Amino acid sequence: MILFDRVSKIYASQNRPALDAVSLEIEKGEFIFLVGPSGSGKSTFLRLVLREERPTSGQVWVAGKELSKLSNWKIPGLRRQIGTVFQDFRLLPNKTVAENVAFALEVIGKPKSHIKRVVPEVLEVVGLEGKELRRPDELSGGEQQRVAIARAFVNRPMILIADEPTGNLDPGTSADIMKLLDRINQLGTTVVMSTHDSNIVDQMRRRVIELDGGHLVRDQSRGVYGYAQ
Amino acid sequence: MRATFVASEVSSGLRRNLTMTLAVIITVAVSLGLFGASMLVRAQVTTMKDFWYDKVEVSIFLCSKGSDTPSCSGEAVTQAQRDQIKSDLESLRPLVQEIFYESKADAYARFQEQFKNSPIADNVSQGALPESFRVKLSDPTSYEVVASAFAGRPGIEQVNDQRQILDKFFRLLGGLQLIALLIALSMLVVTVLLIVNTMRVAAFSRRRETGIMRLVGASNFYIQLPFLLEAAFSAGVGAVLAIFGLIVTKAVVIDQILAPSFQFTSFVGWDAVFAIAPLMFVVGILLAGLSAFFTLRKYLRV
Repeated sequence: MILFDRVSKIYASQNRPALDAVSLEIEKGEFIFLVGPSGSGKSTFLRLVLREERPTSGQVWVAGKELSKLSNWKIPGLRRQIGTVFQDFRLLPNKTVAENVAFALEVIGKPKSHIKRVVPEVLEVVGLEGKELRRPDELSGGEQQRVAIARAFVNRPMILIADEPTGNLDPGTSADIMKLLDRINQLGTTVVMSTHDSNIVDQMRRRVIELDGGHLVRDQSRGVYGYAQ
Repeated sequence: MRATFVASEVSSGLRRNLTMTLAVIITVAVSLGLFGASMLVRAQVTTMKDFWYDKVEVSIFLCSKGSDTPSCSGEAVTQAQRDQIKSDLESLRPLVQEIFYESKADAYARFQEQFKNSPIADNVSQGALPESFRVKLSDPTSYEVVASAFAGRPGIEQVNDQRQILDKFFRLLGGLQLIALLIALSMLVVTVLLIVNTMRVAAFSRRRETGIMRLVGASNFYIQLPFLLEAAFSAGVGAVLAIFGLIVTKAVVIDQILAPSFQFTSFVGWDAVFAIAPLMFVVGILLAGLSAFFTLRKYLRV
């Protein structure tokens, strides 16, 4: 599903590579924790998968395509197969819950009938039934993140990228969000989640990929958070 | 493509950025108005040229007794010279379209008619005005052909081209038109800069929406379309205002004020207005659309 082949990324303003010859493969249906200190290259990794950045060298394959060969007009097609969730939710404050989710479908030109059908479905999956007409500022942080997850998942993507999705949430709420992400993973979506939350990683016992200073320092199935020796 | 969704994005974008929208509308209206005005002046010059060149003649004045021009040697033109000039003029057809002979008596009568309310008429005697051939050319710009053939010949005092007098006047109008066009062009540059800035502000104020659109895989076209339509809409409204101004200029300034005061010439007709108006509209939309397009390519990258 995702294949990195000796991928390096050097930003123009920096000498030290953000990623240094990272090679790894993520299979379809896996649940991956991406861990490492700030500045270790987690965000660069995720941006490369989304083709928001191009690697300086090496190849990134996503869903069977080598991204540096992907022409610009095909990038939207790639991103429709990838859902994204962020620490800061990124909801539209002037739209209701249902409208926020529907927005993701409207802007890729889905017909109204399709939107009317799938938005309630996905809101039920994330446990927000009955709150369709609320606005983001009327919701708790956990609920807002559920809206963001609903928006990322409404198009049934093959991959869900979550960049520190529990970073702004308390432990209890975080656990609920993790249950939701786990459920989405059970439905067949590959989940790549970057996090600093050791409790979550230790509890879930999934594959852990650790980056440090741009190097891949650990790739462990059923791993824990603790740093590599 | 969801037309209603795009339409609601456009209208909310226009309302959110109302002051900028108004600024774009007004600058587009003013710059296109000037552009249209300069086109109208050009059409006016063409109309006047058609009108006047049709009436202008080359005058070949013949010698009178006592002329001090060398080719006359102080003598009046002889019958043989007069006949020779006439037959030479005939040989220049079809460039020479019409030939009138005006005798001293004819010239006097016409002079009296033209200046009948002026004291000048009383001071001119019967024999003071020279006889002449009035020649109308099929192509008024080929005056030089006639001038070189006849100027300085025995019996001819002077060859005059009325067109040269008109040309000075047309050059003045042409200069005015050029100034109007230059002002219009600089205003159009201002318009482009304003639209570029408006698009930047609009793209910035909606970066949250466009960021989400990018992430969920909206195409560039879909992301940019509302912005392009907003620019085109503002420009369209501005163009309509400018065209309205042009119509008012024609209906009031030209037809009601200028035409009654200057009856000796003709003015541009509605056909010129109807030819310029679509041009203004197209220029306005294209200008806005293209400057928005190139701005957005920079600020709304995938």
